[in-house]
Order: sequence, then structure tokens, then C-alpha cells
Amino acid sequence: MTPPEADATLRYIDEFRRPELVRRLLDEIRRTVTRPWTIMEICGGQTHAFMRFGLDELLPDEVELVHGPGCPVCVTPLELIDKAIAIASRPDTIFCSFGDMLRVPGSHTDLFRVKAAGGDVRIVYSPLECLKIARENPDREVVFFAIGFETTAPGNAMLVWQAHELGVTNISMLVSHVRVPPAITAILSSPGNRVRGFLAAGHVCAIMGYWEYEPLAERFQVPIVVTGFEPVDLLRGLLMTVRQLEAGRHEVENAYGRTVSREGNRPAQELISRVFEPCDRAWRGIGVIPNSGWRLRPEFADFDAEKRFPISDIQTQESAVCISGLILQGLKKPYECPAFGTACTPAHPLGATMVSSEGTCAAYYRYGKRNRQQNARN
Amino acid sequence: MCLGIPGRVVEIFERDSIQMGKVDFGGIIKETCLAYVPETAVGDYVIVHAGFAISRLNEAEAQETLAMLQEMIALGEESGDDTA
Ligand code: SF4
Repeated sequence: MTPPEADATLRYIDEFRRPELVRRLLDEIRRTVTRPWTIMEICGGQTHAFMRFGLDELLPDEVELVHGPGCPVCVTPLELIDKAIAIASRPDTIFCSFGDMLRVPGSHTDLFRVKAAGGDVRIVYSPLECLKIARENPDREVVFFAIGFETTAPGNAMLVWQAHELGVTNISMLVSHVRVPPAITAILSSPGNRVRGFLAAGHVCAIMGYWEYEPLAERFQVPIVVTGFEPVDLLRGLLMTVRQLEAGRHEVENAYGRTVSREGNRPAQELISRVFEPCDRAWRGIGVIPNSGWRLRPEFADFDAEKRFPISDIQTQESAVCISGLILQGLKKPYECPAFGTACTPAHPLGATMVSSEGTCAAYYRYGKRNRQQNARN
Repeated sequence: MCLGIPGRVVEIFERDSIQMGKVDFGGIIKETCLAYVPETAVGDYVIVHAGFAISRLNEAEAQETLAMLQEMIALGEESGDDTA
């Protein structure tokens, strides 16, 4: 293996965490803001980063952050979790998933317990690993839990495409892909909406570009700023949003130019649209959002696990107390849920927003925002 | 889930007729699919998500951003209005 260069260590990460830049950006936000604004970061990774670095507590009181539905683990419908569990429990299958899906509670159990009980459930880092597993186990069915936003779609599309090209037939996917722009439309169309500006998720935009957001900014008169994940990126995105709001502008701007271009990643977009087609999709806790998902195109129906396995009559039962749907829309904060921190904790999650490390409930729990007081900044 | 990490491409090869590579994340080297960043050369930085490079890092743009922020510090309270 090539030895790492000394200067390669955390290049393009450390520079965007420099305290003096963070301080200066915070000062600039404080100087710019004159009125209260509610701004939503769409992506769960950004929610987590704001809290991990304590940035939310350093913002002026006028800037209220609400946390969006951009955690794929959180919005994957319970029904699909139950379907995954049913498939993973079959003795003839190897069920592959990203690690964070294993502890998400289904109606009765979770994938982790299926694994503990002897099910062949494997955590993969890249979807392409499933291809290798399928070729090594030709007498078994390999099923991949293909969830995620636009960021994850290129990898999942490549898995299907490669399996198709190479004639690997013992592989299929349980698909629940979701897309950001229809979710923004749903949030802004909701009668209770308070969100006045958005930080768009940088890595979603790395794939899709940001031209799709331009009609939304225009139609709903909201600024949308493409934002990265390091402290300097997050604050720069916020500053640009606040500047627009204070000036009465509503444009799409890019605060993550080192990674994102307006047109996005063309080769990735091409393969996504070759393999997937748009569809209506149910979001856990929110409901069906029109045109908000991707499913396999009919040409790739052979790779659809829902067609390959008898799992259509699954009945699901959501927790009656969980208000994660309202939290995912920015309408409520976790401490407003009666179960938060008592009946529902990361060790015993009742809802998906508590189980995923990117879920808002989990982030509030982990960083000690147990009540309104502790969440207040001053 | 949408975590993406910058790393430096140290090797490029082909497997099953798609472009793959090895990417160095500060000493940890991981195999990565480079099919979506076909113009990438060894030495380039890419943003990697779940085993796939999703973008080639625009190093000139990164330096420009940092220079601009540095300038903002220098301007201090006089304050430039040009973060955008
Ligand atoms: S604290 Fe638990 S029960 Fe309450 S909204 Fe969050 S995930 Fe649901």
C-alpha cells in the first residue's frame, strides 16, 4: 500500500474547521441579522454537524434552525423495514444493508435481532460489495436494502447496471429512494410552515446540481443555499441565506463550490435515469409525497426484491406516541414529544428519528438538548 | 447517510469494465468506484460517498474560498460584503 503523504492528512477538512474563520463568520451573521428568521437544513448530516460542533448554540437568537427530513433512515417507511426483516429472515437469502438500518425498529423486531437469531445479514460499505457476495454465493439470493437520497442513488444504480451487464441473476434490491426537491415543495406548501430559507444538502447537489432548486426559490420566494458539511461551510451557507433574507432576495446560491456545480454530475444522472424512474413515495411520519421517489424501471423488474419475494401482505403498526413526522417537517422539536428521553432513547428507540445517528431526536438526545431551556441559546 | 469525504486518488484501475481506484483518506486507503468521475487522474482529490466518488474536488475553488474568508478576517469590523 502507498504510504500516505504527511500533508494529505485531512486535507480539505481541517482548513474548513479553522476556529478563526468560524468566529469571523459567526460575527458576520450577528452583524447582518436584524429580524428573526427560521432556516431549515435539509440534511441530517448537517443537523448532526451543527450540534456536534456546538454551532447552533453560538448563533444569534434571531436565527432559528429547524431540521429537515434529510435522513433516509428516518423517512424509510415502516412497511419497508418490515419487508426487509421478512426477507432477511429467509434461510435462502443474504441480506445486505448500510449499517445504520440494522437497529431501526420494525413493527415487531429489527434487522440486528434477525442477525443475532442466525439470519445472514451483512453490513456493506459500498453497494458494489453485494455483487461480489452474489458471485461468491451463486446458490443463494442476495438482497440489498437500497435506501437513500440522490447521493446514494448512483451507487445503487451502478449495482443494478453491473449485475445486468455481467448477467448476475441472484441479486435484487429492496428500493426506497427519495428525492429532496419534492420534500421542499411539501414543506413549503404545508399551512403551518415557518421555514423562510433553506440550506440545500451539498452532496445531494454534487449529484443533481442545483438547477432544480431555481424554480422552487422563485415560486415560494425562499433563498436556497447549497451548503457543505464542515463548520466553515455550514456558517457560510447560513450567512449567505441570512444576507438574502435581510435583503429580500430569494435566489439559489452555492456555498460549496469546491464540490458542487450547477449542472451536477452528468454521468451519475445518466445512469440513475437509465435504471430508475420517478414515482410517488411514502415518507415515514409524513405520508405520500407525489413524485418524490425513484423506483426501478420496468426493464430492471427482475432486480426488484418486492417482485421476487412474497412480501406484499405485510401489516404495519406505527408507535402511537411518536411525533417524528412533525419533527421531520420542522413543525415540532424533539423535547415536545412526551416519550423523548424517557420511553424513547437511542438504546430503546420508538421512532426512526431516534435510531439513526443523523436523526434529529438522536442528535438532541446525544448533545443534551433535553428540554426547551437547554436548547435556548442564552 | 449522505456523508462524503475528500480523499486523494493514488491508483486507478479497471474492474468488470468500470473505472475503479484507490483513494487515500489521510492514511486510510479504500477501494473506490471512479466511474462517475471519468476525468480523474492520480493525485486528484475526490469526494467519496459509500464507495463511489461523486465529485472531483475543485481545488482552485477551494483555495479561492479560503482566500476570500481570510480576507474577510483581515477586513475585520470594516467588513467586506463579499462572502457570496
Ligand atoms: S423522541 Fe422517539 S417517540 Fe418521540 S418523536 Fe422522537 S423518535 Fe418519535
